[in-house]
Amino acid sequence: MSELWSVLFDPNICFFRYALLTGIFASLPFGIIGTLVVVRRISYIAGAISHCVLGGIGLGLYLEKAVGVSWFGPLQGAVVASLLAAVVLALVSRHARQREDSVIGALWAVGMATGLLFIAKTPGYVDPMSYLFGNILLVSKSDFIFVLILDVVVLGLVGVFYHKFLAICFDEEFSRLRGLRTGWLYLLLLCLTALTIVLLVRVVGIVMVIALLTLPAAVAGNFSSNILQMMLLAVLFCAGFVVAGLGVSFTLDLPSGPIIIVIAAMVYLLILVGGKVAKVFKK
Amino acid sequence: MIGDPEKSAISICNLSFRYDAQAVLVDVNLDIDPLDSICVVGPNGGGKTTLIKLILGLLIPETGTVRVFGRKPEAARLRIGYVPQYAQYDPQFPISVLEVVCMGRLGQSFTGRYSRHDREQALAALAEINLVDIASRPFSSISGGQRQRVLIARALASRGDILILDEPTANIDHESEVKFFDLLAKLNQRMTILMVTHEVGFASTFFKRVACVNKKVKIHPTSTLTGDLIREMYGGDLQMIRHDHCCSGEGHSHE
Repeated sequence: MSELWSVLFDPNICFFRYALLTGIFASLPFGIIGTLVVVRRISYIAGAISHCVLGGIGLGLYLEKAVGVSWFGPLQGAVVASLLAAVVLALVSRHARQREDSVIGALWAVGMATGLLFIAKTPGYVDPMSYLFGNILLVSKSDFIFVLILDVVVLGLVGVFYHKFLAICFDEEFSRLRGLRTGWLYLLLLCLTALTIVLLVRVVGIVMVIALLTLPAAVAGNFSSNILQMMLLAVLFCAGFVVAGLGVSFTLDLPSGPIIIVIAAMVYLLILVGGKVAKVFKK
Repeated sequence: MIGDPEKSAISICNLSFRYDAQAVLVDVNLDIDPLDSICVVGPNGGGKTTLIKLILGLLIPETGTVRVFGRKPEAARLRIGYVPQYAQYDPQFPISVLEVVCMGRLGQSFTGRYSRHDREQALAALAEINLVDIASRPFSSISGGQRQRVLIARALASRGDILILDEPTANIDHESEVKFFDLLAKLNQRMTILMVTHEVGFASTFFKRVACVNKKVKIHPTSTLTGDLIREMYGGDLQMIRHDHCCSGEGHSHE
């Protein structure tokens, strides 16, 4: 443990501090957007967006390394691909209600496929593992700036339109009848989800995005009587999972992403079981 | 606020609607005067909910027109208070009763924030149904009958001139039902009421007219509602099993 502290405060080792700070600041959008995704029940849509991100990462790598476009790398590719997926999914839910799940499934796989194809054509060795399973220890200064910008965007938009987001999550049809432009709000929600997912991919990787997006919110849901509480608790739980995961991964020399997910899942399970036991004892 | 008495509250003219190849409603004509009270009955799949959604402008008719106070439904929407079936809600959604009722005040501001006036209107609506004391309780912790009344309060909070209810009595006991119709009678003094139900018998004591919906819509004054007529519109035997109970994909739980 003392070794952990010395690394944390060693002026020559900055990657660990970046990882920790990124994890803590990233918990804001994770918890807030995660809560909306959980109560709106669109975690499968978040899954599809996350897998589409690989397509964008592949495109970014290809353009950067094979074509030599300096301003378009994996991060830019990921942002573009996730937003594109969000727009497609919003259109699909509006116009092809009954076929929605087929389109989600197709998009999920096509995103992965195009990503791998681009990576295959990119010169040099690219290890897709770090994108699939994430590595928060690799975050750079530009990632950290992306986190700070996302914090402001998510806090700002959800703060301003809190009641509208709450309304479309609770009852979209009624919101529409009250004159809300539910289609646009849903698109905005998906776009915010998309940007949050780009960040999540960095922390836990494409495959485990859904877990870190939904588990903190699901845990928080057990203790909350309204959405605002659920968001605040989800942020705290998420930060707790990331910090604990980083600590454990450092001390036991294990990959951070899976550790974070396992800790989150264990807490969720404990709380579910604890809740059931408490209910039995009350009777 | 009462609409122009010269005009109908809801006016449907030569309307037809189909889902893909299946005709749901054919050549419907319906005029509902302001302060009328109409009960919509008919077999499941007969088009009751479709008719409601057409009036609300959530569906677009294939042919014919719908007018609400002489305007398109989309334009007149804010004058309608809509009470959907409570069973469609996620029972674990963390939200308080007051927050649900406040949704009736949405659409008043760009950001969706509620003013003090909005909150007062929401509380007044809760007072009207005698539920002020549970305003801060979680929506998930109250009984089915109370949830149904909270949804009515939400519709009242928007201060519309038409109240449309979809199967509001499905989950309440007889005593509450009597109180419920007392409430409707009171509201009917200032609002036009349109209610979908599957229980023809008891409803007929309150409503002025009955609309029987089974592809076609026939209007009867409630005084002429007889056993023969009911048999005719339901096609033989009356089934009181509810097929129209809709769940989310994950299903829902009953407490």
